[in-house]
Amino acid sequence: MTTARLRLVLVDDHAMVRAGVRAELGDAFDIVGEAADVAEAINVITATAPDVVLLDVHLPGGDARAVLDACVAAVPATRFLALSVSDAPEDVVATVRGGARGYVTKAISGPELRAAVQRIADGDAVFSPRLAGFVLDAFAGGAAEKDDEIDRLTPREREVMRLIARGYTYREVATELVLSIKTVETHVSAVLRKLQLSDRRELAKWASSRRLI
Amino acid sequence: MTSTMAPPKATRPVRGRVVAGVATGLARHLGMPVWVVRLAFVVLSFAAGIGIVLYAAFWAVLPLDADTPDVDLAAARSSDTARLLALAALVVGVGLLLAALGVDIASGAVIPVIVAVFGAALIWRQTDDEQRDAWSAAAGRAARQTAGTTAAAGRWRIGIGIGLVLLALVALLAGRTSPAEAVQGMAVALLIIGGVALVVFPWIYRQWREQSEQRRALIRAEERAEIAAHVHDSVLQTLTLIQRASNDPQEVMRLARTEERALRSWLYAPTGDPDRTFAAALERDASQIESAYDATIDLVTVGDSVLDARITALVAASREAMVNAARHGGGAVSVYAEIDEEAAEVFVRDRGAGFDLAAVAEDRHGVRESVIGRMERNGGTASIRSMTGLGTEVHLRMPIRTDVTT
Repeated sequence: MTTARLRLVLVDDHAMVRAGVRAELGDAFDIVGEAADVAEAINVITATAPDVVLLDVHLPGGDARAVLDACVAAVPATRFLALSVSDAPEDVVATVRGGARGYVTKAISGPELRAAVQRIADGDAVFSPRLAGFVLDAFAGGAAEKDDEIDRLTPREREVMRLIARGYTYREVATELVLSIKTVETHVSAVLRKLQLSDRRELAKWASSRRLI
Repeated sequence: MTSTMAPPKATRPVRGRVVAGVATGLARHLGMPVWVVRLAFVVLSFAAGIGIVLYAAFWAVLPLDADTPDVDLAAARSSDTARLLALAALVVGVGLLLAALGVDIASGAVIPVIVAVFGAALIWRQTDDEQRDAWSAAAGRAARQTAGTTAAAGRWRIGIGIGLVLLALVALLAGRTSPAEAVQGMAVALLIIGGVALVVFPWIYRQWREQSEQRRALIRAEERAEIAAHVHDSVLQTLTLIQRASNDPQEVMRLARTEERALRSWLYAPTGDPDRTFAAALERDASQIESAYDATIDLVTVGDSVLDARITALVAASREAMVNAARHGGGAVSVYAEIDEEAAEVFVRDRGAGFDLAAVAEDRHGVRESVIGRMERNGGTASIRSMTGLGTEVHLRMPIRTDVTT
């Protein structure tokens, strides 16, 4: 554990949610700011340069993408974790592609959320089972015609994603595949990078094919 | 039409038609043999062409049969071509016959009229096909590959049709007057058409605008009504229930979770039919088990498939595994389902105490019969892994038959 407590900013338009998260995380972390909309979020984040931002996907005055676009360059050391009730793949994928290092749903338990924040602060990626499912879905199918490695998951990465989708924790994934946790984290980070950087056409096509409203 | 039962609404079928399905459709509607209707059309055609005019009128009025779900587009197309060729041969044959009977085709108006009719028929047919394509696309048939080529073919057909009609008009005029006069006549006709269009266009355009505006407003109103009805039926009801049960946290949890799941699937779920697709069926079962056993099931699906006998068996086995996990596992259950070209797989994981499969009695119906037995009878496999202290994971695998039908 690090000696200095991590500094957090909460961005969510629902005061109830912020209060709930504050109650769950306030003991372990310093919550240095809160914001309820895009403009406020950008101000607070650039002013306080926190370690981790918990970011709701849907915000008044834009969405998480707008906050990410404005902040990623301004405060490069700050890491973002998307926290949302939305199950819509295009929201999730857009937020991760915007620079968030992970995505968890608001149904996550307190200890899990604390672990996720710590993991994000350490520079790793946080994949919920659902996000892992989205990744597998998006990278599914034969990408044989494209041999750019950024557009494909390695067999190992695929295995890791499948175990996470099956509800395994990183530790359990490591045990299952006889790897160290560090290696699992490396694989997950690699997948995150691919998800963020790949211009794979299928990714856009897939997200839009899942779009309903 | 003496039958007391309502006769089937007159439509034109896609299959079993010779020209445009008018005769078949009418015969079905009237309850007569098709050949009687066809004969009637042919006989009437000799009475100053009334049959042809009637046929054309019915063609325009009768809608195309929408209940033809499995139209094989490619096959329908190629038989279309064959039929058009046959029709052309027939036209030539009739022409020759008329010539043999002494009708002077060359100087008369016969050829231009035939050409014009043929051109018009082409155009009408094309609008038919576009309608049909729209339906099959709506029905979710993979019409995407053919869409591009048919659009081009359609434009060609309409172009040829218009060309034929114009050619016939020119020929008709040229047959009666000198070429110069014919051109002059055409010019006058075009001027008149242009003038009329100029006068009428704004009015038609406004009508069209208003109509689509109205339609959009109607759709909006319907959507709003649907959302209101849904919110009233589910969310408000649940909130009322929660207030009433506020001293029972378990019950509040259960109600809130059920409602959340219902609302979530309503908002985000792929609009799948639980009776037809794998993912939707699992989703439905998971939510039912959640509310019945007071558990939390996190379902993640990758890929989807239509339910056939094997996949249905897989869903049933998964349901049984989920029930087991929800009942004995305690707490959260993770379900991951994945379908690719080779197999459909489902993993059901709980975090309960775990159990020893060998210790499960033979007669315990739950696991042995309804999970393992069901999978094996349908050509699949099931394995259960219990990690003491870490919970149990059931792995179901059902190979997919690879019969390619596209």
